[in-house]
Amino acid sequence: MATLFQGLPSSTAFSSSNKFNHAPAPTSFSERKSSIVTVRSDARWSPVLNSATHKPQRLITNAVATKADSSLASTSSKPGHELLLFEALREGLEEEMERDPCVCVMGEDVGHYGGSYKVTKGLATKFGDLRVLDTPIAENSFTGMGIGAAMTGLRPIIEGMNMGFLLLAFNQISNNCGMLHYTSGGQFKIPVVIRGPGGVGRQLGAEHSQRLESYFQSIPGIQMVACSTPYNAKGLMKAAIRSENPVILFEHVLLYNLKDRIPDEEYVLSLEEAEMVRPGEHVTILTYSRMRYHVMQAAKTLVNKGYDPEVIDIRSLKPFDLHTIGKSVKKTHRVLIVEECMRTGGIGASLTAAITENFNDDLDAPIVCLSSQDVPTPYAGTLEEWTVVQPAQIVTAVEQLCQ
Amino acid sequence: MSLSATKFVHPITTPPSTRSSDKPLFSTFFGSNHTKLRFNKPIVAAQRRSSSAASTSSPVVAVSDVVKEKKLKSASNLLITKEEGLVLYEDMILGRFFEDMCAQMYYRGKMFGFVHLYNGQEAVSTGFIKFLKKEDYVVSTYRDHVHALSKGVPAREVMSELFGKATGCCRGQGGSMHMFSKQFNLLGGFAFIGEGIPVATGAAFSSKYRREVLKEPGADEVTLAFFGDGTCNNGQFYECLNMAALWKLPIVFVVENNLWAIGMSHLRATSDPQIWKKGPAFGMPGIHVDGMDVLKVREVAKEAIERARRGEGPTLVECETYRFRGHSLADPDELRDPAEKAHYAGRDPITALKKYLFDNKLASEQELKAIDKKIEELLDDAVEFADESPLPPRSQLLENVFADPKGFGIGPDGKYRCEDPKFTQGTAHV
Repeated sequence: MATLFQGLPSSTAFSSSNKFNHAPAPTSFSERKSSIVTVRSDARWSPVLNSATHKPQRLITNAVATKADSSLASTSSKPGHELLLFEALREGLEEEMERDPCVCVMGEDVGHYGGSYKVTKGLATKFGDLRVLDTPIAENSFTGMGIGAAMTGLRPIIEGMNMGFLLLAFNQISNNCGMLHYTSGGQFKIPVVIRGPGGVGRQLGAEHSQRLESYFQSIPGIQMVACSTPYNAKGLMKAAIRSENPVILFEHVLLYNLKDRIPDEEYVLSLEEAEMVRPGEHVTILTYSRMRYHVMQAAKTLVNKGYDPEVIDIRSLKPFDLHTIGKSVKKTHRVLIVEECMRTGGIGASLTAAITENFNDDLDAPIVCLSSQDVPTPYAGTLEEWTVVQPAQIVTAVEQLCQ
Repeated sequence: MSLSATKFVHPITTPPSTRSSDKPLFSTFFGSNHTKLRFNKPIVAAQRRSSSAASTSSPVVAVSDVVKEKKLKSASNLLITKEEGLVLYEDMILGRFFEDMCAQMYYRGKMFGFVHLYNGQEAVSTGFIKFLKKEDYVVSTYRDHVHALSKGVPAREVMSELFGKATGCCRGQGGSMHMFSKQFNLLGGFAFIGEGIPVATGAAFSSKYRREVLKEPGADEVTLAFFGDGTCNNGQFYECLNMAALWKLPIVFVVENNLWAIGMSHLRATSDPQIWKKGPAFGMPGIHVDGMDVLKVREVAKEAIERARRGEGPTLVECETYRFRGHSLADPDELRDPAEKAHYAGRDPITALKKYLFDNKLASEQELKAIDKKIEELLDDAVEFADESPLPPRSQLLENVFADPKGFGIGPDGKYRCEDPKFTQGTAHV
């Protein structure tokens, strides 16, 4: 089975495996700008069109920060530096830890191991074992410990090795993280960041393929954001750390090896705003995290068929940015939601309700929501493919919506 | 450590034949086969501790020395001064009278919901918390009124909170089970058992972090985590014992073993009911103390808190105590053996302290009566204050959901929701 990722004009998506240590990477930048790269699940990649490289295919087995490359390619006119999404997260984290000594990280294997997705690699050597704390395998308790530390002045970042493991911490996240500021009458704030990779990966099995955003969204008092590109990953990480509210940052297992160019200057994004990915006129497509790439792939096909979709990456899963969404709905009058979350009670369901409540008069057609099937993600590749929304389905949905 | 300790402990851990679950509960089962343990004279306890200490080489040895000092008959070596005695007495009386007033107010319809009273356990709260500095942290459970009072939260604020008024310590938003005070470093007040223990571990971690990473010179705050016997079967307890011992966190785990969860006897729920033994399993000292005697609790508390402050790590202290009332005001308390209740009523910690003060000529009847009166007046004032306080207005509804109210997001008009004037009125639709 091969799942196609389409290279965006500004960032290249590839990641045929969720293993942390290797990723195929294109080797030149000019290729990045104009080509489509298909990545097969068996980790081979082949440039499809107009690639500047006709080099023999090779896998870069240890994709480290590509600052060295940027001097090679001499795109000196283009500012910024290139890196992979997990490096962007790490950069954001490192900058915040340097800026504020109260920022600390705790989680399983974040310290000496460097994080199972390398987001905290090197930080323990730099900041010490207490600031990058390797915890025993006790999610509920170390999440609660992070909350207690936050109440008493620190700013911990709690990493769930996989978001699904945080189900064990639900007690602490719901009762203490979300509610404690309120039940204490505003006396204690909980500036924690809870982050980790979630989403459907590559045949990881049901329990490692969970989408916890639907379970956490009802908890009052927390904010949820989902990153999808190196640019917004770093910006959201920094914003989440600086926020006084508890923030849950959802990363995706398959997006860690996305490469992109990000600014050298410091930047912090807004936690509550959505991101306009592609302006358009005919239909508003709302999406987040990995589905953004399926949508953009479908958008390519749609554009060839003469449609003009507007694609918005909602980024903020709780609360929704109703301004950006509303503006778009008022322009296009048609909404398609594409998400990886479950059908029942997912983010799409909430978003559908929110849009219907606020913008019903602006809709020319009922909102269509494409979500994953309400199925525990199967191991078999074919079945797994069918549980998740694929670009072809998106194209069909838009065509039907625009009739 | 197990061998000598087990030998001694054997007669107590062997359950009497009435303890098996197929026998009716009320027959000859006295409710606790720990009665024997509770009548142990100090020297016996010391013996056990020194034998266990010999094989573990943990600082339990120090405690056994302290325990040996607790021979109360030695007149030249009193455990407390007069001032200390009066402070302890006043604190326990405050706790006792406050809880009695709570019961009154509840039945008069001034407070609702689940209210869990602390009558009978005052020695533990007073014994431990009166050793703390203001900067030290206390984490409690739903039975938290007296912990709040001992830590210094004014009775007025606690009573208002119970009445659900805006002047309560949590603005009326927490209630009986969620007492918080930033000023006095009371970190709650938790409704689910065991939930507060990780929070306490976090506060202790914070203290260690400040000392070692931020290099703050005076950062030696100790955290006390109070919880019950039922919690000692919960995973969070064990996970935190592990982490606290692993990182030598400045925390004392105080188990208020009152033998009963709601209607579940500790002995019916626990494979090995000796909770103090679980400390050494994680590499920390496990102390067992008579929780109906404030002076004994105090001695153990002193040792454990100073140990934590010196950076030597956590301690597990099991205080055997008893609650005179039901689990909560909604509990009819029909399950516990009246003989058991009468037995503990006879060991009321306040009566015991009074006797000690009189016997050792530390205080007179009039002085103690003056304190009683003072506390009564304080509580009347607290009730009056709470009665007259305003109820929370509608505008308070959304105020404390987020520390940064931008978390409510951006509305359709492009402005942050919290800038919407209706938001402050509490009528905005989120």
